[in-house]
Amino acid sequence: MSVTEPRTFDVARVRADFPVLERVFNGKPLVYLDSAATSHKPVSVIEAEADFYRHHNANAHRGIYTLGEEATELFEGARATIAAFFGVSDPSRLVFTRGTTEAVNLVAYGWARKFLGPGDEILCTEMEHHSNIVPWQQAVGATGATLRYIGLTDDGMLDLSDLDSLLTERTKLLAVTGMSNALGTITPLRELIVAAHAVGALVLVDAAQMAPHLAADVDALDADFFAFSGHKMLGPTASGGLLAKREHLEVMDPMFGGGDMIREVFHDHATWNDVPYRFEAGTMQVAQQVGLAEAVRYLEALGMDAVRAHEQEITAYALERLQEAGATVYGPGDPAVRGGAVSFWYREVHPHDLATILNEQAVAIRAGHHCAQLVMRRFGTPATARASFYVYNSTDDVDALVTALSGAGDIFAF
Amino acid sequence: MYKEVILDHYKSPRNKRELPGAELSCTRNNPLCGDEIGVSARVEDGRIVDVAFQGAGCSISQSSASMMTEAVAGRTVDEAREMAAAFRGMMAGEVEPDEDRFGDLVALKGVVQYPIRIKCAVLAWDVLQEALEGVGEATGAQPHAVG
Repeated sequence: MSVTEPRTFDVARVRADFPVLERVFNGKPLVYLDSAATSHKPVSVIEAEADFYRHHNANAHRGIYTLGEEATELFEGARATIAAFFGVSDPSRLVFTRGTTEAVNLVAYGWARKFLGPGDEILCTEMEHHSNIVPWQQAVGATGATLRYIGLTDDGMLDLSDLDSLLTERTKLLAVTGMSNALGTITPLRELIVAAHAVGALVLVDAAQMAPHLAADVDALDADFFAFSGHKMLGPTASGGLLAKREHLEVMDPMFGGGDMIREVFHDHATWNDVPYRFEAGTMQVAQQVGLAEAVRYLEALGMDAVRAHEQEITAYALERLQEAGATVYGPGDPAVRGGAVSFWYREVHPHDLATILNEQAVAIRAGHHCAQLVMRRFGTPATARASFYVYNSTDDVDALVTALSGAGDIFAF
Repeated sequence: MYKEVILDHYKSPRNKRELPGAELSCTRNNPLCGDEIGVSARVEDGRIVDVAFQGAGCSISQSSASMMTEAVAGRTVDEAREMAAAFRGMMAGEVEPDEDRFGDLVALKGVVQYPIRIKCAVLAWDVLQEALEGVGEATGAQPHAVG
């Protein structure tokens, strides 16, 4: 049996592809540690989007003229490329959206509100981003269904000890993240999906953090709904989508009505276009999704296994150095079950103060509740500082972070 | 931004205590970052005879609260309301910081460069304002219009 080494990539060469990393603040080069918020874009993605506007700009699915056909081809080509990146060969199973939040809302509106009623349950987790909580609160409010939560262990994993009482035949949907933006935790998705299907529940995966950092095959996972954001995976803002099983898309109600999602329109009613177009009303983010297809090609060239290996190495180093420096780190201690987001407190320096001071050193971290107030409350803190890593970060960035932290310690001298 | 006086108020906050018997009190937080401030005050004949705060949060929110209590103690309710408006004006870059008037609070002028932190600085004043709501109306005086 042969062991294949994961591919590696040269971080310095990758960094050279990202023009924004040339920015200097306060005389210091940018150390960007907030990719969990949004990722930077390589030149090829910027150029792909600009090239669309320069040479192929037209509305998709409308013009009969050649330019219109080119735009349509690029748009639908992007759909096929992006779906294939997630292991889906049928592009009609990819509904383009402007990101994960919109994708979740599409399912909450078009599926949950249509099919759930009193006695039905949606199972969420305390690890979720607000975008994978609030739409379900709204859906149960409208339908009379009930929302329940899987709790967290002290080291930031899902507490599955009483899963049997939470995941029952009353559960119609499990909505769960593949990777926590606040804690970095990688959840046992495959295990959860099998358990959910065994009781007849569907599963929606919030892949906002997972898609950029981990190889994902939607059909190998057997996910019913898979929501992702292009801007977190080197793609433009307003790109992303919902991958779903065909049978669910066939029965969901569209959320947005308007142009191109219809077949025929009469005075008193309209008939819908085919899947996925019935969920894509109005002029779509054509140029941006074309840009996202280029981002997917960039990631494929790096290799997602290499992306993961690189990130695991930096995260392991960050955990070590942060703990040495006296920081309190949240989430699992084992880098094998962590993605690149690390939430921490540095001594008693309030995260807001820390972020402001680190900014003086051109170190960009995030401070706040990270749209995960349930996580914050679970760990008894209103906010944390968060450093997150991606393909253009190196261990040098971790060193810069730790050096800047000790500067903050000096100012606050607790 | 982190002037000595701000750090001093943060590490040794003034008037951070309970105020038993306070008729006026209000607690608010800034859910975006978790800063929380509670202000309690005793007012006699329209004058703030004692004011205190409790809370937790970033250095800007907590030091501003500490400085606020020093600035409004002994003042009339109307004067305190006017100070709140003036402080907000300073934070909006519309009012010149005046040490005679603001005392230690002028140190917070630097926060103006960090718009996202302005609400940290202003929180204690918003809470004070809310605690003082309705005072002055009971005595028949005109409520002071504050921005």
